[in-house]
Amino acid sequence: MNVVVCVKQIPDPADPGALDPGTKTLKRDVKLILDESDTYGVEMALQLVDKAGEGSVHLVSMAPNNERSGLATALAMGAASATLISDPALLGSDALTTAKLLAAAIGERDGVDLVISGSESSDGYTGTVPTQIAAVLDLPSITAAKAITVDGGQVQIQRQTNAGYDDVTCSLPCVVSVTAGVVEPRYPSFKGIMAAKSKPVDERTAADLGFDAGQVGWAGAGQEIVDIAAAPARSAGEVVEDDGESYTKVIEFLENLKVI
Amino acid sequence: MDEYRPPLTDILFVLREVAGLDEVLAAPAFEGIDDDSVEMVLTEVGRFMAEVVAPTNRAGDQHPTVRNPDGTVTTAPGFKAAYDQYVASGFGAVPFDPRWGGGGFPWISAIAIQELMTSANMAFALCPLLTQGAIDALEHHGSEEQKDVYLPKMLTGEWTGTMNLTEPQAGSDVGALTSKAEPVGDGSWKITGQKIFITYGEQDLTENIVHLVLARTPGAAPGTRGISMFLVPKFLVNADGSLGQRNDVTCVSIEHKLGIHGSPTCVLSYGDNGGAIGWLIGEEGDGMRNMFTMMNNARLSVGLQGLAVAERAYQQALAYAQERRQGTAVGAERGTSSPIIDHADVRRLLMTQRAWIDAMRCLVYANAAAIDRSKTLAGAEAEAAREVAELYTPLSKGLCTDVGNEMTSLAVQIHGGMGFVEETGIAQHYRDIRIAAIYEGTNGIQAADLVGRKLPMRGGAVVGEQLDLVDAVAAQLAATEDLKGFGQQLEAASAATRRATQWVLTNAPTNPNNALAASSPYLRMLGTVVCGGLLGRAALAAGAHADADPNGFYAAKRVSARFFGEQILPLATALEPAVTAGPDDLFALTPAQLG
Repeated sequence: MNVVVCVKQIPDPADPGALDPGTKTLKRDVKLILDESDTYGVEMALQLVDKAGEGSVHLVSMAPNNERSGLATALAMGAASATLISDPALLGSDALTTAKLLAAAIGERDGVDLVISGSESSDGYTGTVPTQIAAVLDLPSITAAKAITVDGGQVQIQRQTNAGYDDVTCSLPCVVSVTAGVVEPRYPSFKGIMAAKSKPVDERTAADLGFDAGQVGWAGAGQEIVDIAAAPARSAGEVVEDDGESYTKVIEFLENLKVI
Repeated sequence: MDEYRPPLTDILFVLREVAGLDEVLAAPAFEGIDDDSVEMVLTEVGRFMAEVVAPTNRAGDQHPTVRNPDGTVTTAPGFKAAYDQYVASGFGAVPFDPRWGGGGFPWISAIAIQELMTSANMAFALCPLLTQGAIDALEHHGSEEQKDVYLPKMLTGEWTGTMNLTEPQAGSDVGALTSKAEPVGDGSWKITGQKIFITYGEQDLTENIVHLVLARTPGAAPGTRGISMFLVPKFLVNADGSLGQRNDVTCVSIEHKLGIHGSPTCVLSYGDNGGAIGWLIGEEGDGMRNMFTMMNNARLSVGLQGLAVAERAYQQALAYAQERRQGTAVGAERGTSSPIIDHADVRRLLMTQRAWIDAMRCLVYANAAAIDRSKTLAGAEAEAAREVAELYTPLSKGLCTDVGNEMTSLAVQIHGGMGFVEETGIAQHYRDIRIAAIYEGTNGIQAADLVGRKLPMRGGAVVGEQLDLVDAVAAQLAATEDLKGFGQQLEAASAATRRATQWVLTNAPTNPNNALAASSPYLRMLGTVVCGGLLGRAALAAGAHADADPNGFYAAKRVSARFFGEQILPLATALEPAVTAGPDDLFALTPAQLG
């Protein structure tokens, strides 16, 4: 069972992030960490390989400045190897370009049974890359998976919906994006961290993957960020004095939100 | 509000620029371990402690450990699950010998791990801390068989360790202990007696506990020379490594304390049913020496607690100061309510904490680096490093725990009236750290150790050499534009400390009370000046990064070091009269007049 997991390395969400007013994009020239939402995909992949009793987990990531600290975390969790796509020419790449590059890196590998990704990154939140990768690789795409079981050449997936979940069966290989919170990602152990140091990380440039400079980065982006604006400041809440009947106000409030 | 953010950048800065991590790692003993390995380990440890251990801190305070009628102890909700994950992480083995399953890392990395764990939850961290002390004592003094049986499980944390010195009549005066050990004839001993204040003496986290117990053998000399150390497991270990018979040691009660409610402080009774079975560690009569291996290790770790809890409290106070709005700050629009961080006096409270936290981190990590160097260097260099470690240990323990008490108090102060209300959680840190100035040798004992044993090393030359290093830093600071004032204050403080040192050296021989009366202010003075020297080095090193400082981290380090040098360090200079006053006024009043 060979699983490729797409992981993103992002600025630590705990640090106040900054947008570059010139490019209207997130400043990413700080130390990056593994996107927490990707730890679920890594964990799920490790569990599938464990269960299969053979194979390994390979990571694919695209990041500026050959950044690999987030990869190190996923390798320390137990992934066997990684491909890191990094190239100054990639600055400004949109979601579709990113998907094409990740797909190209995945396509380099033989015998991939399954591609797993998170549902969306915790910095860009486009949420389109997993399905785009599937389209580029011409593989089936299943999104919002909350459980994955592999059975021979097939995969059974519980796909989260508003009402509950759908049972989906799909042939392998395919691309599956997983929802957060469905497995408990392991913490890297001391032994895992030390072992990660000697695990192979293959670096790739755009050219290595068959792209010329005009196809990637700002030049190749079909998507343009027109404007950015600060989120509105949190406004003062409404205070309801409890006169014994305030629960009706709470119910009314929740009904207006259409959550009950 | 009680989130913990691991201060990794700060820790790595001190490791690299003050403690000399690269020098430590250059030793052949640490071959294959590089700066990158240390950073990777600390990054993951930080995340683990913040996400797994820190959320248990409040629960530990609000649900004190309970002794059940059957003598078992139940820890606070969440402790067992977090401990199991800690064992699975293997982080407890990082600094120990690979022969027993350790990672072979330097001690300084263990100190960094301890800082992260202690900030996350001091009461929880005490359990691994005591275990590491017991491992250290066993590694040094245990037999090969004892090491084979106990160390692998203790390194993983599957079994924990405790330290049993204190008895009701034997606190600071350990020599007064009366627990007995009688030889059985088959190499084992029967231990009887009662021990108090045994941290994690009983718990529900692990299947076995390895007690290191001080007791007297038949015919032993009185005082500390007649004390031997015994290994007494809660469950005896069978030849195949499985657990056998329950040993005759029981938890008869636990203490209800001011702080660290999550840590069970036990009264242990040995031998109520015929005698607990134990094995001698090292030679008869070597108990105190063996225990000091553990105590020195633990003293530095307790000093570290002052730093770690001050850091956690500071993070919370800083967040509160940014949110809480009161009054209109100078320069703010009239009629608006300003966050209290905009008021000058709140800034002073925050800067004082920040500067002291930086200072404590320098001292504790430099202390740990000296311990590493004393082990990996040879000859005169090793001896010099050992002297520094010996000198710094009472400074780290005494100064950092006193300052830890003061800084958590400032963190409460920032919360105003809400700080006095338990709901905000800040009071827990203030209560938790109070014990650190007391246990592992009260700070009075630390001061006595400093003037009685450490200062006299080579007739005071070890202290003199430290002050020479401080003077060299002071000269560099004085020649640096924005650090001139710091340099001048450091030079003055060093000169005053030299005079105070000389006074103690000269007057101690005529009357020991001259040294003892001076001891506490002297510890504060010397400790603060050593911190000033280390912070001066940090400030100069930060200057070298001025060109690549996108977040202003290094510039901020320089400012807080300067604040320490110009506004805190002079308080140490002012201690000279207290050091040199002598004991007369301490004893001028009769006990009745003191009433």
